[in-house]
Amino acid sequence: MRIVIINYGAGNIQSIKFAFKRLGYDALLTDDVEEIKNADKVIFPGVGEASSAMKMLRQSGLDTLIPQLKQPVLGICLGMQLMCNSSEEGDTKGLGIFDCDVVRFSNKVKVPQIGWNAITALKTNLFKDIVKTEYIYMVHSYYAPLCKETIATAEYGIPYSAALAKDNFYGVQFHPEKSSTVGEQILKNFLQL
Amino acid sequence: MLTKRIIPCLDIKNGRTVKGINFVDLRDAGDPVELAEIYAREGADELVFLDISATEEKRRTLADLVYHVAEKVNIPFTVGGGISSVEDVDVLLHNGADKVSINSSAVKNPQLINDLVAKFGSQCIVVAIDAKVIDGEWIVHLVGGKVPTEIKLFDWAKEVEERGAGEILFTSMNHDGTKNGFANEALAKLSSELNIPIIASGGAGNMQHFTDTFIKGKADAALAASVFHFKEIEINDLKKELRSKGIPVRL
Repeated sequence: MRIVIINYGAGNIQSIKFAFKRLGYDALLTDDVEEIKNADKVIFPGVGEASSAMKMLRQSGLDTLIPQLKQPVLGICLGMQLMCNSSEEGDTKGLGIFDCDVVRFSNKVKVPQIGWNAITALKTNLFKDIVKTEYIYMVHSYYAPLCKETIATAEYGIPYSAALAKDNFYGVQFHPEKSSTVGEQILKNFLQL
Repeated sequence: MLTKRIIPCLDIKNGRTVKGINFVDLRDAGDPVELAEIYAREGADELVFLDISATEEKRRTLADLVYHVAEKVNIPFTVGGGISSVEDVDVLLHNGADKVSINSSAVKNPQLINDLVAKFGSQCIVVAIDAKVIDGEWIVHLVGGKVPTEIKLFDWAKEVEERGAGEILFTSMNHDGTKNGFANEALAKLSSELNIPIIASGGAGNMQHFTDTFIKGKADAALAASVFHFKEIEINDLKKELRSKGIPVRL
Protein backbone atom coordinates (compact mmCIF):
# COMPACT_ATOMS: atom_id res chain seq x y z
CA MET A 1 0.00 0.00 0.00
CA ARG A 2 1.28 3.44 -0.97
CA ILE A 3 0.66 5.97 1.77
CA VAL A 4 1.70 9.57 1.23
CA ILE A 5 1.83 12.42 3.70
CA ILE A 6 1.41 15.75 1.94
CA ASN A 7 4.43 17.92 2.64
CA TYR A 8 3.73 21.64 2.51
CA GLY A 9 5.84 22.85 5.39
CA ALA A 10 3.47 21.95 8.23
CA GLY A 11 5.15 20.94 11.51
CA ASN A 12 5.61 17.64 13.35
CA ILE A 13 5.11 15.29 10.44
CA GLN A 14 7.69 12.93 11.88
CA SER A 15 5.13 11.67 14.44
CA ILE A 16 2.71 10.65 11.69
CA LYS A 17 5.46 8.83 9.80
CA PHE A 18 6.43 6.99 12.99
CA ALA A 19 2.81 6.07 13.77
CA PHE A 20 2.51 4.31 10.39
CA LYS A 21 5.90 2.69 10.93
CA ARG A 22 4.61 1.23 14.22
CA LEU A 23 1.71 -0.23 12.20
CA GLY A 24 4.20 -1.71 9.73
CA TYR A 25 3.87 0.79 6.87
CA ASP A 26 6.31 3.20 5.30
CA ALA A 27 4.60 6.50 4.57
CA LEU A 28 6.19 8.79 1.99
CA LEU A 29 6.48 12.47 2.77
CA THR A 30 6.09 14.37 -0.51
CA ASP A 31 4.82 17.44 -2.32
CA ASP A 32 5.05 15.73 -5.72
CA VAL A 33 1.70 15.94 -7.52
CA GLU A 34 2.11 12.58 -9.32
CA GLU A 35 3.13 10.77 -6.13
CA ILE A 36 0.09 12.18 -4.35
CA LYS A 37 -2.31 11.37 -7.21
CA ASN A 38 -1.05 7.78 -7.45
CA ALA A 39 -1.10 6.98 -3.74
CA ASP A 40 -3.61 4.54 -2.23
CA LYS A 41 -4.07 6.68 0.85
CA VAL A 42 -3.33 10.35 1.41
CA ILE A 43 -2.64 12.02 4.76
CA PHE A 44 -3.12 15.79 4.93
CA PRO A 45 -1.40 16.92 8.14
CA GLY A 46 -1.23 20.34 9.69
CA VAL A 47 0.11 22.09 12.71
CA GLY A 48 0.39 25.83 12.79
CA GLU A 49 -1.68 28.77 11.64
CA ALA A 50 -4.54 28.47 9.11
CA SER A 51 -4.02 31.47 6.81
CA SER A 52 -0.27 30.87 6.39
CA ALA A 53 -0.88 27.15 5.79
CA MET A 54 -3.43 28.02 3.06
CA LYS A 55 -0.89 30.38 1.53
CA MET A 56 1.65 27.56 1.33
CA LEU A 57 -0.96 25.28 -0.27
CA ARG A 58 -1.79 27.92 -2.90
CA GLN A 59 1.86 28.54 -3.71
CA SER A 60 2.38 24.87 -4.49
CA GLY A 61 -0.96 24.37 -6.28
CA LEU A 62 -1.96 21.74 -3.70
CA ASP A 63 -5.13 23.73 -2.97
CA THR A 64 -6.58 22.68 -6.33
CA LEU A 65 -5.15 19.15 -6.26
CA ILE A 66 -6.46 18.02 -2.85
CA PRO A 67 -10.22 18.53 -3.48
CA GLN A 68 -9.88 16.54 -6.75
CA LEU A 69 -8.33 13.45 -5.15
CA LYS A 70 -10.34 10.24 -5.53
CA GLN A 71 -8.63 7.93 -3.00
CA PRO A 72 -9.28 8.10 0.78
CA VAL A 73 -7.82 11.33 2.20
CA LEU A 74 -7.39 11.93 5.94
CA GLY A 75 -6.92 15.49 7.21
CA ILE A 76 -5.44 15.73 10.70
CA CYS A 77 -5.96 18.68 13.08
CA LEU A 78 -5.32 21.86 11.03
CA GLY A 79 -5.48 19.63 7.94
CA MET A 80 -9.12 18.87 8.78
CA GLN A 81 -9.85 22.55 9.44
CA LEU A 82 -8.37 23.57 6.08
CA MET A 83 -10.73 21.11 4.37
CA CYS A 84 -13.69 23.22 5.59
CA ASN A 85 -15.18 26.29 3.84
CA SER A 86 -13.31 28.84 5.90
CA SER A 87 -11.44 29.48 9.14
CA GLU A 88 -11.69 32.38 11.52
CA GLU A 89 -7.95 31.93 12.17
CA GLY A 90 -6.30 34.57 9.98
CA ASP A 91 -9.75 34.97 8.32
CA THR A 92 -8.97 32.58 5.47
CA LYS A 93 -10.92 30.59 2.89
CA GLY A 94 -10.46 26.84 3.09
CA LEU A 95 -10.54 24.05 0.51
CA GLY A 96 -14.34 23.87 0.71
CA ILE A 97 -14.62 20.08 0.97
CA PHE A 98 -16.63 20.09 4.21
CA ASP A 99 -19.55 22.48 4.36
CA CYS A 100 -18.78 24.20 7.66
CA ASP A 101 -16.87 27.21 8.95
CA VAL A 102 -14.13 26.88 11.55
CA VAL A 103 -14.41 29.27 14.50
CA ARG A 104 -12.52 30.02 17.73
CA PHE A 105 -13.53 28.59 21.11
CA SER A 106 -15.16 31.18 23.35
CA ASN A 107 -13.24 32.43 26.37
CA LYS A 108 -15.63 30.58 28.68
CA VAL A 109 -13.19 27.67 28.29
CA LYS A 110 -9.41 27.64 28.41
CA VAL A 111 -7.91 28.15 24.98
CA PRO A 112 -6.16 26.18 23.53
CA GLN A 113 -7.90 22.98 24.53
CA ILE A 114 -5.07 20.60 25.36
CA GLY A 115 -5.55 17.01 26.42
CA TRP A 116 -7.62 13.87 26.10
CA ASN A 117 -11.31 14.22 25.33
CA ALA A 118 -14.02 11.61 24.75
CA ILE A 119 -15.44 11.00 21.27
CA THR A 120 -19.08 9.98 20.89
CA ALA A 121 -21.78 9.50 18.22
CA LEU A 122 -19.26 7.71 15.99
CA LYS A 123 -20.17 7.07 12.36
CA THR A 124 -18.48 5.42 9.35
CA ASN A 125 -15.85 2.67 9.22
CA LEU A 126 -13.16 5.11 10.34
CA PHE A 127 -14.31 4.19 13.85
CA LYS A 128 -14.86 0.50 13.21
CA ASP A 129 -14.34 -1.72 16.29
CA ILE A 130 -14.40 1.22 18.67
CA VAL A 131 -17.17 0.18 21.01
CA LYS A 132 -16.74 1.83 24.39
CA THR A 133 -16.14 5.47 25.24
CA GLU A 134 -12.63 6.23 24.09
CA TYR A 135 -10.40 9.23 24.59
CA ILE A 136 -8.27 10.91 21.95
CA TYR A 137 -5.65 13.66 22.14
CA MET A 138 -6.70 17.17 21.10
CA VAL A 139 -4.67 20.38 20.84
CA HIS A 140 -6.52 23.27 19.23
CA SER A 141 -7.97 26.76 19.64
CA TYR A 142 -10.38 26.64 16.67
CA TYR A 143 -13.07 24.06 15.96
CA ALA A 144 -15.56 22.92 13.36
CA PRO A 145 -19.13 23.20 14.67
CA LEU A 146 -21.49 20.25 14.35
CA CYS A 147 -22.72 19.92 10.75
CA LYS A 148 -24.19 17.33 8.42
CA GLU A 149 -20.71 15.89 7.78
CA THR A 150 -19.92 15.31 11.47
CA ILE A 151 -18.94 11.69 12.13
CA ALA A 152 -17.69 12.07 15.72
CA THR A 153 -18.60 14.53 18.47
CA ALA A 154 -16.52 15.89 21.34
CA GLU A 155 -17.52 18.39 23.99
CA TYR A 156 -15.59 21.41 25.22
CA GLY A 157 -17.99 24.00 26.55
CA ILE A 158 -20.20 23.04 23.61
CA PRO A 159 -20.45 19.94 21.42
CA TYR A 160 -18.38 20.20 18.22
CA SER A 161 -17.03 18.05 15.37
CA ALA A 162 -14.19 15.74 16.42
CA ALA A 163 -14.28 14.25 12.92
CA LEU A 164 -15.89 14.96 9.54
CA ALA A 165 -16.43 12.90 6.40
CA LYS A 166 -17.73 13.43 2.89
CA ASP A 167 -17.31 10.87 0.08
CA ASN A 168 -13.61 9.85 0.10
CA PHE A 169 -12.59 12.71 2.40
CA TYR A 170 -12.12 12.28 6.15
CA GLY A 171 -10.90 14.75 8.71
CA VAL A 172 -10.09 14.38 12.40
CA GLN A 173 -9.57 17.28 14.79
CA PHE A 174 -7.57 15.06 17.13
CA HIS A 175 -4.14 13.51 16.65
CA PRO A 176 -4.56 9.77 16.00
CA GLU A 177 -0.75 9.46 15.84
CA LYS A 178 -0.63 10.62 19.49
CA SER A 179 -3.80 8.96 20.77
CA SER A 180 -2.35 5.70 22.08
CA THR A 181 -3.91 2.41 20.94
CA VAL A 182 -7.25 4.05 20.02
CA GLY A 183 -5.44 6.32 17.60
CA GLU A 184 -3.65 3.34 16.10
CA GLN A 185 -6.99 1.58 15.60
CA ILE A 186 -8.35 4.65 13.78
CA LEU A 187 -5.29 4.83 11.50
CA LYS A 188 -5.62 1.10 10.81
CA ASN A 189 -9.30 1.60 9.97
CA PHE A 190 -8.39 4.42 7.59
CA LEU A 191 -5.93 2.17 5.77
CA GLN A 192 -8.73 -0.36 5.29
CA LEU A 193 -11.18 2.12 3.75
CA MET B 1 -15.44 16.08 28.30
CA LEU B 2 -11.80 17.09 28.58
CA THR B 3 -9.96 14.97 31.16
CA LYS B 4 -7.28 15.97 33.67
CA ARG B 5 -3.80 14.88 32.63
CA ILE B 6 -1.19 12.90 34.56
CA ILE B 7 2.32 13.67 33.36
CA PRO B 8 5.44 11.81 34.48
CA CYS B 9 8.53 13.98 34.13
CA LEU B 10 11.82 12.42 33.11
CA ASP B 11 14.92 14.39 33.98
CA ILE B 12 17.60 13.64 31.41
CA LYS B 13 21.35 13.94 31.82
CA ASN B 14 23.65 12.77 29.04
CA GLY B 15 20.87 10.68 27.54
CA ARG B 16 19.90 8.91 30.81
CA THR B 17 16.99 9.44 33.18
CA VAL B 18 17.70 11.02 36.54
CA LYS B 19 15.60 12.61 39.23
CA GLY B 20 16.93 15.42 41.33
CA ILE B 21 15.67 15.59 44.87
CA ASN B 22 15.53 19.34 45.45
CA PHE B 23 17.47 19.55 42.15
CA VAL B 24 20.73 18.46 43.80
CA ASP B 25 20.94 14.77 44.72
CA LEU B 26 20.66 12.66 41.55
CA ARG B 27 19.62 9.00 41.22
CA ASP B 28 19.61 6.98 38.01
CA ALA B 29 16.21 5.64 37.04
CA GLY B 30 16.96 4.10 33.67
CA ASP B 31 16.76 4.36 29.93
CA PRO B 32 14.45 7.23 28.88
CA VAL B 33 12.98 5.57 25.80
CA GLU B 34 12.16 2.36 27.64
CA LEU B 35 10.75 4.25 30.60
CA ALA B 36 8.64 6.41 28.25
CA GLU B 37 7.18 3.32 26.58
CA ILE B 38 6.28 1.84 29.96
CA TYR B 39 4.57 5.05 31.07
CA ALA B 40 2.62 5.25 27.80
CA ARG B 41 1.39 1.68 28.32
CA GLU B 42 0.50 2.32 31.96
CA GLY B 43 -1.78 5.22 31.05
CA ALA B 44 0.31 8.38 31.33
CA ASP B 45 -1.42 11.13 29.34
CA GLU B 46 1.74 12.96 28.32
CA LEU B 47 5.43 12.94 29.13
CA VAL B 48 7.89 15.71 29.84
CA PHE B 49 11.61 15.30 29.19
CA LEU B 50 13.72 17.85 30.97
CA ASP B 51 17.35 17.92 29.86
CA ILE B 52 19.61 19.03 32.67
CA SER B 53 22.95 18.26 31.00
CA ALA B 54 25.14 21.15 30.04
CA THR B 55 27.65 19.64 27.66
CA GLU B 56 28.69 20.77 24.22
CA GLU B 57 27.10 17.72 22.59
CA LYS B 58 23.84 18.38 24.40
CA ARG B 59 21.89 19.60 21.36
CA ARG B 60 22.66 16.55 19.22
CA THR B 61 22.11 14.11 22.11
CA LEU B 62 18.74 15.67 22.90
CA ALA B 63 17.63 15.71 19.26
CA ASP B 64 18.57 12.00 18.99
CA LEU B 65 16.66 11.18 22.15
CA VAL B 66 13.59 13.04 20.87
CA TYR B 67 13.77 11.09 17.60
CA HIS B 68 13.93 7.74 19.40
CA VAL B 69 11.10 8.63 21.78
CA ALA B 70 8.88 9.78 18.90
CA GLU B 71 9.63 6.55 17.08
CA LYS B 72 8.40 4.37 19.94
CA VAL B 73 5.88 6.34 21.97
CA ASN B 74 2.23 6.86 20.96
CA ILE B 75 1.36 9.69 23.36
CA PRO B 76 2.41 13.36 23.24
CA PHE B 77 5.59 14.60 24.85
CA THR B 78 7.22 17.91 25.71
CA VAL B 79 10.93 18.62 25.74
CA GLY B 80 12.60 21.29 27.87
CA GLY B 81 15.94 22.31 29.29
CA GLY B 82 18.25 24.98 27.97
CA ILE B 83 16.16 25.81 24.91
CA SER B 84 16.92 29.39 23.94
CA SER B 85 16.31 29.98 20.24
CA VAL B 86 13.92 29.46 17.35
CA GLU B 87 16.52 27.11 15.79
CA ASP B 88 16.64 24.93 18.94
CA VAL B 89 12.87 24.52 18.81
CA ASP B 90 12.84 23.86 15.08
CA VAL B 91 15.27 20.94 15.50
CA LEU B 92 13.31 19.39 18.38
CA LEU B 93 9.91 19.67 16.67
CA HIS B 94 11.31 18.25 13.43
CA ASN B 95 12.70 15.28 15.31
CA GLY B 96 9.22 14.52 16.64
CA ALA B 97 8.65 16.51 19.85
CA ASP B 98 5.04 17.67 20.22
CA LYS B 99 5.79 20.63 22.44
CA VAL B 100 8.78 22.41 23.86
CA SER B 101 9.08 24.08 27.21
CA ILE B 102 11.16 27.20 27.78
CA ASN B 103 12.03 28.72 31.14
CA SER B 104 15.04 30.97 31.92
CA SER B 105 15.48 31.97 28.26
CA ALA B 106 11.93 33.38 28.24
CA VAL B 107 12.57 35.44 31.38
CA LYS B 108 15.79 36.82 29.91
CA ASN B 109 14.22 37.44 26.50
CA PRO B 110 10.39 37.52 26.68
CA GLN B 111 10.20 38.27 22.93
CA LEU B 112 11.32 34.66 22.38
CA ILE B 113 7.80 33.55 23.37
CA ASN B 114 6.24 35.74 20.64
CA ASP B 115 8.80 34.56 18.08
CA LEU B 116 8.19 30.88 18.84
CA VAL B 117 4.42 31.30 18.84
CA ALA B 118 4.52 33.13 15.50
CA LYS B 119 6.62 30.41 13.92
CA PHE B 120 5.23 27.22 15.49
CA GLY B 121 1.86 28.15 17.03
CA SER B 122 0.71 28.49 20.65
CA GLN B 123 -0.18 24.84 20.93
CA CYS B 124 3.43 23.67 21.10
CA ILE B 125 4.92 26.38 23.32
CA VAL B 126 4.91 25.68 27.06
CA VAL B 127 6.45 28.23 29.40
CA ALA B 128 7.82 26.70 32.60
CA ILE B 129 7.93 28.96 35.64
CA ASP B 130 9.84 28.12 38.81
CA ALA B 131 8.84 30.27 41.76
CA LYS B 132 9.37 30.49 45.49
CA VAL B 133 7.75 32.53 48.25
CA ILE B 134 10.01 35.30 49.51
CA ASP B 135 8.62 37.63 52.21
CA GLY B 136 5.09 36.47 51.46
CA GLU B 137 5.39 37.07 47.70
CA TRP B 138 5.76 34.48 44.91
CA ILE B 139 8.99 35.34 43.07
CA VAL B 140 10.17 33.83 39.77
CA HIS B 141 13.50 31.95 39.97
CA LEU B 142 15.98 30.99 37.26
CA VAL B 143 18.49 28.19 36.61
CA GLY B 144 16.44 25.32 38.00
CA GLY B 145 15.15 27.46 40.84
CA LYS B 146 18.52 28.58 42.16
CA VAL B 147 18.64 32.26 41.17
CA PRO B 148 15.91 34.69 42.30
CA THR B 149 14.69 37.48 40.01
CA GLU B 150 12.70 40.62 40.80
CA ILE B 151 9.72 39.31 38.86
CA LYS B 152 6.46 38.42 40.56
CA LEU B 153 4.89 35.09 39.56
CA PHE B 154 1.42 36.36 38.71
CA ASP B 155 2.69 39.31 36.66
CA TRP B 156 5.00 37.05 34.69
CA ALA B 157 2.32 34.39 34.16
CA LYS B 158 -0.05 37.04 32.78
CA GLU B 159 2.66 38.33 30.43
CA VAL B 160 3.46 34.80 29.27
CA GLU B 161 -0.20 34.30 28.36
CA GLU B 162 -0.41 37.66 26.58
CA ARG B 163 2.68 36.79 24.54
CA GLY B 164 0.85 33.72 23.28
CA ALA B 165 2.16 30.70 25.23
CA GLY B 166 -0.18 27.70 25.00
CA GLU B 167 0.39 26.40 28.51
CA ILE B 168 2.14 27.15 31.79
CA LEU B 169 4.09 24.58 33.77
CA PHE B 170 4.31 25.98 37.28
CA THR B 171 6.80 24.50 39.75
CA SER B 172 6.75 25.64 43.34
CA MET B 173 10.29 25.57 44.71
CA ASN B 174 8.79 25.55 48.20
CA HIS B 175 7.02 22.28 47.46
CA ASP B 176 9.35 20.53 45.01
CA GLY B 177 10.98 17.47 46.56
CA THR B 178 8.99 17.72 49.79
CA LYS B 179 6.26 15.19 48.91
CA ASN B 180 3.86 17.31 50.97
CA GLY B 181 1.49 18.23 48.15
CA PHE B 182 1.27 20.84 45.38
CA ALA B 183 1.08 24.65 45.80
CA ASN B 184 -2.68 24.64 45.41
CA GLU B 185 -3.41 28.19 46.48
CA ALA B 186 -1.04 29.71 43.92
CA LEU B 187 -2.22 27.21 41.29
CA ALA B 188 -5.88 28.12 41.84
CA LYS B 189 -5.01 31.79 41.50
CA LEU B 190 -3.12 31.15 38.25
CA SER B 191 -5.99 29.08 36.90
CA SER B 192 -8.62 31.71 37.66
CA GLU B 193 -6.55 34.69 36.45
CA LEU B 194 -5.41 33.07 33.21
CA ASN B 195 -7.26 31.41 30.36
CA ILE B 196 -4.64 28.85 29.28
CA PRO B 197 -4.05 25.40 30.79
CA ILE B 198 -1.92 25.19 33.95
CA ILE B 199 0.25 22.18 34.76
CA ALA B 200 0.96 21.71 38.48
CA SER B 201 4.46 20.60 39.44
CA GLY B 202 6.37 20.08 42.66
CA GLY B 203 5.30 18.29 45.80
CA ALA B 204 3.49 15.10 44.74
CA GLY B 205 3.81 12.49 47.49
CA ASN B 206 0.56 10.54 47.51
CA MET B 207 -2.70 10.13 45.59
CA GLN B 208 -4.60 12.63 47.74
CA HIS B 209 -2.16 15.32 46.59
CA PHE B 210 -3.30 14.79 43.00
CA THR B 211 -6.97 14.93 43.98
CA ASP B 212 -6.29 18.16 45.87
CA THR B 213 -4.41 19.84 43.04
CA PHE B 214 -7.23 19.13 40.59
CA ILE B 215 -10.01 20.21 42.96
CA LYS B 216 -8.47 22.88 45.21
CA GLY B 217 -5.66 23.88 42.83
CA LYS B 218 -7.95 23.85 39.74
CA ALA B 219 -4.98 22.46 37.77
CA ASP B 220 -5.51 21.09 34.26
CA ALA B 221 -2.66 18.62 34.57
CA ALA B 222 -0.31 17.36 37.26
CA LEU B 223 3.34 16.52 36.78
CA ALA B 224 5.50 14.35 39.02
CA ALA B 225 8.71 12.36 38.81
CA SER B 226 9.98 10.29 41.72
CA VAL B 227 6.59 8.97 42.92
CA PHE B 228 6.23 7.39 39.47
CA HIS B 229 9.87 6.44 38.86
CA PHE B 230 10.15 4.59 42.15
CA LYS B 231 6.69 3.01 41.85
CA GLU B 232 5.32 4.69 44.93
CA ILE B 233 2.22 5.48 42.87
CA GLU B 234 0.99 3.40 39.91
CA ILE B 235 -0.62 5.60 37.26
CA ASN B 236 -3.55 3.26 36.73
CA ASP B 237 -4.35 3.14 40.48
CA LEU B 238 -4.05 6.91 40.65
CA LYS B 239 -6.50 7.39 37.81
CA LYS B 240 -9.02 4.99 39.36
CA GLU B 241 -8.75 6.90 42.62
CA LEU B 242 -9.23 10.25 40.83
CA ARG B 243 -12.26 8.93 38.95
CA SER B 244 -13.78 7.71 42.23
CA LYS B 245 -13.48 11.30 43.50
CA GLY B 246 -15.41 12.56 40.47
CA ILE B 247 -12.38 13.92 38.59
CA PRO B 248 -12.56 13.20 34.83
CA VAL B 249 -9.61 11.07 33.70
CA ARG B 250 -8.79 8.85 30.74
CA LEU B 251 -8.93 5.21 31.83
